[in-house]
Amino acid sequence: MNIFERFMEIDRRWIFLAIGIAVIIPFFFPLGLPVVVTEPVQNLYDALDEIPPNGQPLLLAIDYAPATLPELEPMSLALLRHAFSNDVNVAVLTLHPAGYGLAERAMNQVAEEMGQVYGEDYCFLGFQPGISAVILGMGVNIRNVFPEDAYGTPLSEIPILDGVRNYDDIPLLISLAGWSAAEAWVYYAHQPYGQDVGAGVTAVMATDFYPYLDTGQLVGLLGGMRGAAEYEGLIDHHDAGVRGMDSQSVIHILIIILIVLGNIAYFGARRKKREQERNAA
Amino acid sequence: MRREIPLAITFLVGMFMLVDFFVPHHAVSSAAAEMKQWGTIVIAASILLGVGNLIRVHYKKISRKQEGWGYSIVTMSVMAIMLFFGGPWGTIQEGSAFNWMFLNVQVPLQSTMFSLLAFFIASAAYRAFRLRSVESSMLLISAIIVMLGRVPLGQLLTRGLPEQATLPWLTEMIMAYPNMAAFRGILMGAALGVMAMGLRVILGIERSYLGGDK
Repeated sequence: MNIFERFMEIDRRWIFLAIGIAVIIPFFFPLGLPVVVTEPVQNLYDALDEIPPNGQPLLLAIDYAPATLPELEPMSLALLRHAFSNDVNVAVLTLHPAGYGLAERAMNQVAEEMGQVYGEDYCFLGFQPGISAVILGMGVNIRNVFPEDAYGTPLSEIPILDGVRNYDDIPLLISLAGWSAAEAWVYYAHQPYGQDVGAGVTAVMATDFYPYLDTGQLVGLLGGMRGAAEYEGLIDHHDAGVRGMDSQSVIHILIIILIVLGNIAYFGARRKKREQERNAA
Repeated sequence: MRREIPLAITFLVGMFMLVDFFVPHHAVSSAAAEMKQWGTIVIAASILLGVGNLIRVHYKKISRKQEGWGYSIVTMSVMAIMLFFGGPWGTIQEGSAFNWMFLNVQVPLQSTMFSLLAFFIASAAYRAFRLRSVESSMLLISAIIVMLGRVPLGQLLTRGLPEQATLPWLTEMIMAYPNMAAFRGILMGAALGVMAMGLRVILGIERSYLGGDK
């Protein structure tokens, strides 16, 4: 077995080890690399920035499950911080059953950090099953779908929802999802009711959403941890998104090095094999 | 009648929702709004049906000791534990046992499973990403540009070059043109498929959702 063949047969546990080290080291020795803000992120920031303070609420759909939490939770924290710092009221809900606890955790964390009062600055509508039926139903009347908040208080008794009937009274809706929920908001809230929708999705899903950006069906988009890092830069509050970008930088470089090495080994082994065949003939 | 009644309900409800989309009359839209509310209630009830079905499937597997029946015991036990703590003591109160188990068991487990992808992607990229043809070369070059252009370290590599030669600019071009064109085609194809399938269901041609062989 020549060196190229040996390289091609490398035990994948060495690759796993290299990836593990590449992820961990930047957490202890941050590179502090600057993150350039892209247009879709800037557009979402601007859309939220234009919401008048202490008026109609931002509707934040925290539709992610624990699997995509590391990429999407930094987005929800950054968006909540931005909204609360502008005195924008926020109504949080989720379309994912496992999103309930995660939405509540993110909302409470930022509300506590920024001294927000439940009912006067934010509220939590909780979870309702049935994605399309829920979104379409909210277009008629939010109270039909969520007669009370997650803690049993009728919506009519929540001050920030006073006068809020349907999407006509919601200036912006943002869905953070690692599955098709963000698309469902575009299909069933933007198309029939004209609701302005923004989205935050995982990096692998971001490519699917570019057509909606181009057509204006999405006002802005946060793609993966990079999107969260860009948003954290815009609100000047560096957190998990910016921290994670150092690891992601190193990982991307490492994967590219592995691809190049894999190709060198492949072509080297192939050339050797051809030489041996020629010699044998 | 076991098939005719569901088919008739599907036809009537499906047609009515189509009428609602095209007829903006108050009588139609208020009836449709009522029906959408029924939809939410029916879907909520289907969760109970799902739990019942889960119990039935795993009970059968355990009682017959089919392959992997040990995992079924784990599934049933965990469901019983969550139901036990969630029922009487509630699921939403901060500090409740249910909430604690969700945040400290399910969240880290699911996050870990998803994070493992990074290791397998790296290993797969090393073994499978080869410059074998023109198409694979184009894919590989695009992938490298996007991977570098989407991280700060990659941005630093082309800092100082004209904007059109920087990795972030090239990345945005790849995402906004070839990627978007391809996805738009896929989306339109999928949308046409959904429309065709919807019509087949409403007209009773597609009956697989009723279950059974016929």
